[in-house]
Amino acid sequence: MSDALLSVSAVETYYGNIRALAGVNVEVNKGEIVSLIGANGAGKSTLMMTICGSPQARSGTITFDGEDITRLPTHMIARRRIAQSPEGRRIFPRMTVYENLQMGASLDNLKYFDEDVEKIFTLFPRLKERQSQRGGTLSGGEQQMLSIGRALMARPKLLLLDEPSLGLAPLIVKGIFDAIKVLNEEQGLTVFLVEQNAFAALKLSHRAYVMVNGQVTMSGSGKELLANPEVRAAYLEGGRH
Amino acid sequence: MSNISNTHESAGGNLTARALREGVFAGLVSLGLFVLFVGLETTQNIRNELVLNQRWGLLAIFVAVAAVGRFLMVAYIRPRLEARKASASAKPVTEEQEGFFRRNFSKIAIAFLLVYPFIAVAIFGVQGSLKWVDNFGIQILIYVMLAWGLNIVVGLAGLLDLGYVAFYAVGAYSYALLSQQFGLSFWALLPLAGILAAFWGIILGFPVLRLKGDYLAIVTLAFGEIIRLVLINWTDVTRGTFGVSGIPKASVFGIWSFDVGAPNYFAKAFGLPMSSAYYKIFLFYLILALALLTAYVTIRLRRMPIGRAWEALREDEIACRSLGINTVTTKLTAFATGAMFGGFAGSFFAVRQGFVSPESFVFLESAIILSIVVLGGMGSLVGIAIAAVVMVGGTELLREMTFLKAIFGPDFTPELYRMLIFGLAMVVVMVWKPRGFVGSREPTAFLKERKAVSSSFTTEGHG
Repeated sequence: MSDALLSVSAVETYYGNIRALAGVNVEVNKGEIVSLIGANGAGKSTLMMTICGSPQARSGTITFDGEDITRLPTHMIARRRIAQSPEGRRIFPRMTVYENLQMGASLDNLKYFDEDVEKIFTLFPRLKERQSQRGGTLSGGEQQMLSIGRALMARPKLLLLDEPSLGLAPLIVKGIFDAIKVLNEEQGLTVFLVEQNAFAALKLSHRAYVMVNGQVTMSGSGKELLANPEVRAAYLEGGRH
Repeated sequence: MSNISNTHESAGGNLTARALREGVFAGLVSLGLFVLFVGLETTQNIRNELVLNQRWGLLAIFVAVAAVGRFLMVAYIRPRLEARKASASAKPVTEEQEGFFRRNFSKIAIAFLLVYPFIAVAIFGVQGSLKWVDNFGIQILIYVMLAWGLNIVVGLAGLLDLGYVAFYAVGAYSYALLSQQFGLSFWALLPLAGILAAFWGIILGFPVLRLKGDYLAIVTLAFGEIIRLVLINWTDVTRGTFGVSGIPKASVFGIWSFDVGAPNYFAKAFGLPMSSAYYKIFLFYLILALALLTAYVTIRLRRMPIGRAWEALREDEIACRSLGINTVTTKLTAFATGAMFGGFAGSFFAVRQGFVSPESFVFLESAIILSIVVLGGMGSLVGIAIAAVVMVGGTELLREMTFLKAIFGPDFTPELYRMLIFGLAMVVVMVWKPRGFVGSREPTAFLKERKAVSSSFTTEGHG
């Protein structure tokens, strides 16, 4: 409890009158990779968006680094160093790769830009090759790398990844997950990951939560959940990559 | 016309036969279309009776144009276009070095504009230059400046604004009213007009912060109309539809005046013969400076955090917020900056006309400015300038085409066809270049080794 970087407690989020999150409790400790798995429409992305303040939670609290961020506007939450690679990647299509990375570094007004961009290019050499190409002309995998790279440029304390494997070939997914692992092990980056690709996510994570119908139904270490027969039946069998 | 697509198969005489067939067909279609619209005309005679006029000659011209045009299109133009396309795709992609003219286009254009009044004076004489400096030079540059100002809102920040003329009006009336009421000079009021317009930009910005695309466009359209209606109806201040006249002229920083009676009259100070041309030339340089200021600020801002935030906002608002960009202030600064340049242009307009009335700030003006931005290619300064020259210069040129009267009779006034041609030109440009004259966005940041990287891509064919 003392080590929690992000703690979500009893959060309820509504879209109009529809309750998307029904009292969710999630904790992410410093230096951990935590993943959230679940079926379509379970509320995984809603939780991610609620952490970012768009939409805001109707009740419950979200604490980050000891500070209540539940009612902050999105850009103020981002300025607390919570970086997000949103669902669907949302890179800037008409800007070049290099400019996209610059946008990521706008919090510090490019102070650490040169230093950080080298790190991103070492992590994703493909981005270096493509740096003067427009974001919209990249392949899906490269766009995902760019989206993560752009989030990392903000020097985040917590990286939120929403479905980084969406629509990508297994080999590219592996590359991206390896990169996340490297970031976590070498730089101690805390990662909160939302994934449908349960097998890859559970293998990567220290801990994980399972979400069904807007509620967290199970939690445990990645290994535990991988071995859990219920989880296997619901998310892993037949869906293995 | 199902046989449009398979042009490759037909060749030689076959092609001519088909072209003839399609030509006749097009003629028949246009005959059917125009026989009632063009062939017959109803007019009222002196006793208030409807009279049916028959215009078979005109109808024949319409039908002939359609038929011959279709024939030429099918028989000659299309095969040639296809041949060119085929040869272009057959040619290997080579690294094309842009010519000297293209690379230095903006420098050459600015240099030309700097000497333009002197060229006009040299060719047409002092009085003869009036038309060229005023009708063409100043008129086009006003629209260039307005379009560059609107480009900040529409092209960079991606906020569709249909009421831009409101800020133009605010600037114009700021100068007109304040100079008359308080006797302030143009140079004091120019910044003030810009600030007031920027202020109105923020006032417009607040209610529309949450709106996007079509919804935003409708509200801005309404805003433009509100400003115009206030100008018409607040007669105590604005004198309504009569407008404000007798607006004082600008001076050369207060050193030389352009009022004939003044002791420091420009022509007298330089020992030149009296002419209104000097004032127009001065105004030309003034609007040129203002337009270049707009361009300079736009170019600088694009490289600064706020400009990058505008462009990112255009691309993806949600991503912007997740990167810690305050979209509220970003939008408001875009509205305010764009409006400020509209205000500058407005006060220049007032000084140039010496008269402002709500007539000058109708929706059509907003539409023209916006279409210049779209035709030029959103975000591209050079493209927008070219579009302004083509569109505004083209319509001015129509006034000059008096020789057309010889063909169509003395009643023919070419400028009445202005909007028809304007619309046609827009359709043609949008078919030919859907993203405007200069559709590609110039990046603002590179690593040092950019050249090497980009050239290696060209040889690879963009991977």
